[in-house]
Amino acid sequence: MTNEPMIRAAGLYKQFGPVEVLKGVSLEVGKGEVIAIIGPSGSGKSTFLRCLIHLETVQRGTIIIEGETLVETDAAGQCRYAQEAELRRIRGKMGMVFQHFNLFPHLTVLQNVIEAPLTVKGLRREDVVPKADALLKKVGLYEKRGSYPSSLSGGQKQRVAIARALAMEPDILLFDEPTSALDPELTGEVLRTMRALAEERMTMVVVTHEMGFAREEASRVVFMDEGSILEERPARELFAAPEHPRTRAFLESML
Amino acid sequence: MGYVFDILPSLLRGTAVTLQVFVITLVLSVPLGLALALLRVSRLRLVGVLVNGYIWLMRGTPLMLQMLFIYFALPFVPVIGVRLPDFPAAIVAFVLNYAAYFAEIFRAGIQSIGRGQYEGARVLGLSYAQTMRRIVLPQVVKRILPPISNETITLVKDTSLIYVLAMNDLLRAARGIVQRDFSTTPFIVAAAFYLTMTLVLTYGFQRLEKKYAVYDE
Repeated sequence: MTNEPMIRAAGLYKQFGPVEVLKGVSLEVGKGEVIAIIGPSGSGKSTFLRCLIHLETVQRGTIIIEGETLVETDAAGQCRYAQEAELRRIRGKMGMVFQHFNLFPHLTVLQNVIEAPLTVKGLRREDVVPKADALLKKVGLYEKRGSYPSSLSGGQKQRVAIARALAMEPDILLFDEPTSALDPELTGEVLRTMRALAEERMTMVVVTHEMGFAREEASRVVFMDEGSILEERPARELFAAPEHPRTRAFLESML
Repeated sequence: MGYVFDILPSLLRGTAVTLQVFVITLVLSVPLGLALALLRVSRLRLVGVLVNGYIWLMRGTPLMLQMLFIYFALPFVPVIGVRLPDFPAAIVAFVLNYAAYFAEIFRAGIQSIGRGQYEGARVLGLSYAQTMRRIVLPQVVKRILPPISNETITLVKDTSLIYVLAMNDLLRAARGIVQRDFSTTPFIVAAAFYLTMTLVLTYGFQRLEKKYAVYDE
């Protein structure tokens, strides 16, 4: 148990109609690791992330989160998900940050952050609000706690979304292209927040097009293309000398 | 002017009937409409089909026919046949009919909320019921206020249909006086009453819309 990885995904297959989006993807993520998943659009990286937190279902494969089985596939190829209550509990170990933030527009910044602790965990308001305030200070948005999301910039929205995910105290944070919807000058503030989390040894899986972030913050970089992981190595190695020709081509195209 | 005061008591009694039908219908048909809409968007395929059939039936036939059916024909229907007095019969018809319209408004509102809201709620651990109650429906209310306002104003005027069950609503009271006195003044007074009621409603809905305008989407 002590060496149990935070995430163990093995042989994930996923089809949308006739299109194979994941063709046997396997990945292990250890505690405190920051994994950057890079690759061209349509390579299946977002789908992979969404399968981990059960926003999509896989057709085959195994996902084990901190030793607990979200889904497994037996020798006959029969895929079995955990019971609904189990699923929710296992999913609760993870938080997710979306490309388009998905903040709740009818709630203020503070209300967005405390909604799940109040509704899902049934905690008391007077216990939750100080924690939420601390998180908002951490992402630098305490002064905005009474504002509605529509009055925030994209970068501020994403930082609220990060605070909202952290309020549920997840062990793992998944980021689905967190800066892709932002104006270039606003990506920095979001990346700084993510960097701070990485330095606190938060386990993170980040699907990103920010090669700078991948190179500097990721412990490992995973290159995906056409539904498969083609290369998976420590960040410096992969960027210095990509092995797979398609990794090389992709990195060249990003420069 | 003295004549207007003479006919006022009779018209006010009619207005009381109109308002009763209006308020009771609204209070019962909005929750029923919401329930139908939630069933309609649920994953239960068969239930959705049944709700669709219900809405088709209720929107596809005249409210007056529905009222006449419930009053005159329902007593002869096997099993569910009951003989209702005029007022309950009218209320049942109005509630069943308006619930169908409200259900469609709610459905459109619920389906206009993007998938991202559901996913955002889901990764935070909210159940489907919690997501509906805390995240989706509060946003739906803002979006459907204008059509709900429309429908509510239509209801005020539709109440005049209960005259077919010989109930003395505002319009029937006015018509009675017109036929008795050979004067069209009661019609004008009745129109003023209807306009006042819709004015109050319009104002109320404007206030609500303002209240929900604190946030943009």
